[in-house]
Amino acid sequence: MERFDKGRWVRLAFSLMVAPSDASLAPPLQGGKSSQGKPLPSRQGRVGGGAVAVLGVRADWEPVAMYAETVGGTRYSFSDLRTLLARATPLRSGDVLAGVASASMAERVAAQMALAALPLAAFLSESVVPYESDEITRLIVDGHDAAAFAPIRHLTVGGLRDHLLSDEADGEALGALSPGLTPEMVAAVSKICRIQDLILISAKRRVVTRFRNTIGLPGRLASRLQPNHPTDDPAGILASIVDGLLLGCGDAVIGINPASDSPQRVHDLLSMLDDLRQRLEVPTQSCVLTHVTTAIELMNSGTPVDLVFQSIGGTEATNTSFGFGLSTLREAREAALSLGRGTIGQDVMYFETGQGSALSADAHHGCDQQTIEARSYAVARAFSPLLVNTVVGFIGPEYLYDGKQIIRAGLEDHFCAKLLGVPMGCDVCYTNHAEADQDDMDLLMTTLAAAGLTFIMGVPGADDVMLGYQSTSFHDVLALRQMLALKPAPEFEAWLERAGLMDAAGRVRPLEMPERFHKLIAA
Amino acid sequence: MSGGDRWSHLRGLTAARIGLGRAGPGIATTDHLAFRAAHALARDAVHASLDLDAVAEAMTPLGLTVLHVESRCMDQATYLTRPDLGRRLASDSALRLKTAGPGAEVAILVAGGLSALATGSHAATLLALMVPVILRGGRTVGPICLAPRGRVALGDEVGELLESKLMLVLIGERPGLSSPDSLGAYVTFGPRLGRTDADRNCVSNIRPEGMVLDEAARRVGWLIDQALARQISGVTLKDDSDRLLAATPQPGALPQAG
Repeated sequence: MERFDKGRWVRLAFSLMVAPSDASLAPPLQGGKSSQGKPLPSRQGRVGGGAVAVLGVRADWEPVAMYAETVGGTRYSFSDLRTLLARATPLRSGDVLAGVASASMAERVAAQMALAALPLAAFLSESVVPYESDEITRLIVDGHDAAAFAPIRHLTVGGLRDHLLSDEADGEALGALSPGLTPEMVAAVSKICRIQDLILISAKRRVVTRFRNTIGLPGRLASRLQPNHPTDDPAGILASIVDGLLLGCGDAVIGINPASDSPQRVHDLLSMLDDLRQRLEVPTQSCVLTHVTTAIELMNSGTPVDLVFQSIGGTEATNTSFGFGLSTLREAREAALSLGRGTIGQDVMYFETGQGSALSADAHHGCDQQTIEARSYAVARAFSPLLVNTVVGFIGPEYLYDGKQIIRAGLEDHFCAKLLGVPMGCDVCYTNHAEADQDDMDLLMTTLAAAGLTFIMGVPGADDVMLGYQSTSFHDVLALRQMLALKPAPEFEAWLERAGLMDAAGRVRPLEMPERFHKLIAA
Repeated sequence: MSGGDRWSHLRGLTAARIGLGRAGPGIATTDHLAFRAAHALARDAVHASLDLDAVAEAMTPLGLTVLHVESRCMDQATYLTRPDLGRRLASDSALRLKTAGPGAEVAILVAGGLSALATGSHAATLLALMVPVILRGGRTVGPICLAPRGRVALGDEVGELLESKLMLVLIGERPGLSSPDSLGAYVTFGPRLGRTDADRNCVSNIRPEGMVLDEAARRVGWLIDQALARQISGVTLKDDSDRLLAATPQPGALPQAG
C-alpha cells in the first residue's frame, strides 16, 4: 500500500514545512489520530478558516495522510488525497453513484478549503492511482518536468488559482508551465474555481496544432463536421457533408462515427472522404472514428487514414476495457506518421474523452470522475494530438444529472486540458434522459467559446440520427462565430472565400448550392 | 434541378436534419420548433409511467403467468441516477420469486426502462411472435415478470431466483430524438447476479420504423436457439451471429403472427 510508505511521508512533511507562501498552513504534527489542527478563531455565522494537511498516526503506528478543515463548527477530515479531491468536487451524480461524493455542502466546502491549503508538492508524493499497477500514473510521474514546475513549487492549490488569474500568468507563461503541471494538480485547482475563473484562465491558454490546416489560433473557432448515418449509407453521409461545408463547418475534421466497425466499411468511408476532399480541394482532414487497432490494420493495407482516433480514459484499467494500451497508441501514431499525409503539420491523433467512463468500466480506483478525466489528458498530450474533445453530456444522467452539472463539467474539462497543453474541443451535448435541453447547450457552447474552445461539433440540426443524442448544429457554429467575432481556421477560411460561400462581411451565407457541390451528389 | 429540388433530393437520402431554413446564422422558426416537438416527445417517453395493467392484459392471450416485481428504485428520478438500484430486486419481490418456485427453462422480464412508450407499444406484440419460437422443440417458458423501473441486469437476479437456464429481457431503450418508442431485447444464458454486458446478446432499435418486429423476433429466436444449444451467450456468441444469421434460410424461419 503506497500511502503507508514512510519515506514518502517524511518527504511530504518536509515539503509542508518548507512551503513558505501560505501563512495559514499549519506545520505537520505527529500525534494521536484525532484532529490535529491548531485551534482556529471562528466567527459567528461564518465558516472557519485555516486548513491543514497533517500527518496522523494510526493505532498500529503506521503513518497516514490526514487532511482536515472546520466549517460551521464541524470538523471534517479526509483520509487521503483521492478522498480529499473527491469530497472537494462540485456535486455530480456519478460521484454519488460511486460513493465518493461529499455528504453535505459544508463537507464539500471544507474539502475545498483543505485542498486550497495543500502544497502542490504534495501531488508529487502521493498518487491517486497506484504507480506500480497503472501505466498512466507512471506516465504522469516519470514525465513530470521539475524545471517547468520550479516557478510554482512553493505554491498551494489556492495559491495556484490566484497565480493563474494574475496578469503575470499570460499565455506564454501558462504554456511554459504545462509540462510542470500534473492532471491531479489542475483537477484540484479546477475544483476550487468558479465558472468565471475557468473561463478567464483557459481563454489565456491557446494550444495550436496542425495537419492540413491550423487549429487553435486566437480568434478562431473550428468545427468537426459530424455527418453520421444510421446505416453508414454513403449518399446519406455525403448529403450531410455538403450541408455542413455550405455552412462553413468541417475545418477541425470531417469525422464519421460508423454504425459498423467492420474494416471494409471503414475503408470504404475513408476512401470516399479522401476522394471528396481532393475533388473539392478542401484544406481539412478526415477521420472515421473506429477502434485504434482497426486503424492500424487499415493503415498497413494502404487505406488513406489522416487521423487515428481512439476514446481514452484516465486509468490503465479503463483503457484495457476499451481494448488498448499506451503501446497500441504508440504503434498507431508511428504508422500514421509514416504515411506523411499532413501538409503543414504532423499532429495525427484524435482522442475523445468524457467524465464517467472509468466508473462505468469499474476502473476508477475510488477517485472522483473529474480527476480521472484530467488524467486522460496526460495520455492525450503524450501523443501530440491534432484534436481532443470531451463528449461531455453523452454518458447520461447517472454521471452528469442535469444541465447545471453538464455545463460545469464541460468547462472544467476544457480548463484542465488547456492547462496541460491539450487542444481541447467539446461535444456540447445531452441525451434525452438527462434533465437538459437546448437552452443549457446554448449556455455551455457560448461560455466555452468565450473560454477559447478549440472546436465544437457540427451536426445537422443538432440531431445525431445515428447515435441518438443532441449535439450542436452547423447553425450553432455560425452563431458563435458571429456572437464572439470568431473565424474558422485560416486555411479553411480562405477556401470558403474561394468557394464563394462567404459574403462581403465575411459571413457564411450561401444562397445557392454551388454547381461543384451538386455534381458530387448527382454523381 | 432548382435549388429547392436539389434539397428535396438530398433530404431523401438521410433522416438527418439537413437543408434547414436559415434566419441569419440561426435556424428558421418552423425547423426550430419541429426540433422542440421531437425533444418533447422523447422527454415525455422517458418520464411516462408504464401502464402495468394494460401490458399484463395485452399478454393474457399468451397463457403465461404474469408476476409484478419491483426493483429497488421507487421513483423515476432514482431510476435515472442509480443504475445499481435498478439492477436489484426489492426485498419483497425477491421473496415472492423465491417462493414462486422454479420457473421454466426460459424466463422473461419486461421492463419500462427509459421508454415506457416502447414497452407499452411493442412488448406484448413481440412476445406474441416470440413465445411460439421459444416453445419449439418442447422447451418451456415462463413466467413473465413485469418491472416498471428495472435495468437489463435485473433479469440476472430474477433468472437466478427462478432457476431458469436463459433470461430474455425486453426493455424500453433510451429514446432518440426521432425514435421515442425503441425497444431492446437482451438474451443471457445462465442468468445470475454478477453477469456483465459481455455475457449478453442484444437486439436493438426494435420499432416499426427501425428493426421491424418480425425481423427482431427472428433474430432473438436465433440467439435463444444458439444460446441454449451451445450453453453460452455474449461476446463468444456475437462473433458468429451476423455471419450465421445471414446464412440462415429466411422464409418460414418463424411462424406467422396470429
